[in-house]
Amino acid sequence: MMGWLQGIGHNTLSRFQRVGSGSLFLWQCILGLPYMVQRPKLFIRQLYYVGVQTLLIILVAGLFVGMVLALQAYIVLVDFGAEESISLMVSLSILRELGPVFTGLLFAGRAGSALTAEIGLMKSTEQLSGMEMMAVDPMKYIIAPRFLAGVIAVPLLTSIFMAIAILGGYFVAIEMLGIYEGVFWSQMQNNVDFYSDLINGMIKSLVFGFVIVWIAVFEGYDCIPTSEGLGQATTRTVVHGSLAVLGLDFILTALMFNV
Amino acid sequence: MGPSGTGKTTLLKLIGGQLKPDTGTVHVDGENVHDLSQSALYGLRRRVMGMLFQSGALLTDISVYDNVAFPLREHTALPEAAISHLVLLKLEAVGLRGARDLMPAELSGGMARRVALARAIALDPQMIMYDEPFTGQDPISMGVLVKLISDMNKALGMTSVVVSHDVNETASISDYIYVISDGKVVQSGTPDELNHSASAWVQQFLGGDADGPIPFHYPAATLMDDLMKGAEK
Repeated sequence: MMGWLQGIGHNTLSRFQRVGSGSLFLWQCILGLPYMVQRPKLFIRQLYYVGVQTLLIILVAGLFVGMVLALQAYIVLVDFGAEESISLMVSLSILRELGPVFTGLLFAGRAGSALTAEIGLMKSTEQLSGMEMMAVDPMKYIIAPRFLAGVIAVPLLTSIFMAIAILGGYFVAIEMLGIYEGVFWSQMQNNVDFYSDLINGMIKSLVFGFVIVWIAVFEGYDCIPTSEGLGQATTRTVVHGSLAVLGLDFILTALMFNV
Repeated sequence: MGPSGTGKTTLLKLIGGQLKPDTGTVHVDGENVHDLSQSALYGLRRRVMGMLFQSGALLTDISVYDNVAFPLREHTALPEAAISHLVLLKLEAVGLRGARDLMPAELSGGMARRVALARAIALDPQMIMYDEPFTGQDPISMGVLVKLISDMNKALGMTSVVVSHDVNETASISDYIYVISDGKVVQSGTPDELNHSASAWVQQFLGGDADGPIPFHYPAATLMDDLMKGAEK
């Protein structure tokens, strides 16, 4: 009984300790950001790694999500003779929810896991310690550029996802289902609001990007430097990152639409 | 010197300020390492300390040349032409000028350590710390490293702190040796004094004997008891 109670206390304490060290880590990382002004190359290279190299999966996923959405929308709407609103359904679900959420999940799986593995491996091969002993702060040199690149890449990827998904929906609606093109675009133009739909979606993606990259770089930096510890850290990045995206999506939606 | 797991590497990390001691202080170049602010500590490391890690700790995504140039580019405002000269000189000193375009993954373990050594002396530190420089090296690489460490020490007038459990190699180049076990200094002296030490423990360690004050058997019940227990089941 005592052991059980002690276990609860111990677990709770270590959870809080982790939250604390994670926050401290974030703070140090933010303090390291001005260094990017001196070394913009570091940041640009990371933007290439996390952004450009995630682009393909985002394009393919976006295209198919948009196409499937148009098909599903048509199946429901045609019963009510409202198939002309197909563009509305596609664009609103993409802009408000699917764009940010899908991009976040894909980013956590593709780039987040890679970030954790890369940093974790640097730790286990003593590259981070070596850098410290050469009086180069790995927080500035390794962590901050990756963090900033991720935070900037996610909203950019999200907007590309949104555009390509709507084009996918357009293709299915016009070419396969025979919706009139003018109706498709005018419905969207009349009913999609720039601020409450597009901007809110982008705010979501910014928040998701921030949280995913934070988790990814922290897990890498904090991992136990063995092959097992590294594997667990990578898994945690994907699992916690994805769950954080879904949980935050609910909170943000509730806040944004004043429900 | 000391057996594996007695805290030799920990000691180096304490000196380098990567770990904080529970008690006691570490002074390097007259400054208490653990009282310094982060920027002062980094300044001290830049001016005074170089460290050679067991794995070499080379940055794996840049070439040998860029690895040696890394501390120079980070800490000096030298033009690229001057950096190039310095890097080539340092690589020449460890005999790897011809390997400058290789990536760390293409190097053998001994070469990686030599590159790491060239990088550690890039900023001309006053003191260099070696973490197990001889472990896992073939006899030739080991000989090269022993020679390099002692040559560097003399030519550059540095202080070298070598942590090792390779008795002969270390003794051949040391001026003074501390033997540690379980986090404590067991004996200290010049290599000659240690060879004539009265301590059975030190003699066992230096001679590499299988049995002695450090027993061959891990503590256990007697073999007979264990076997009888097995028979009862």
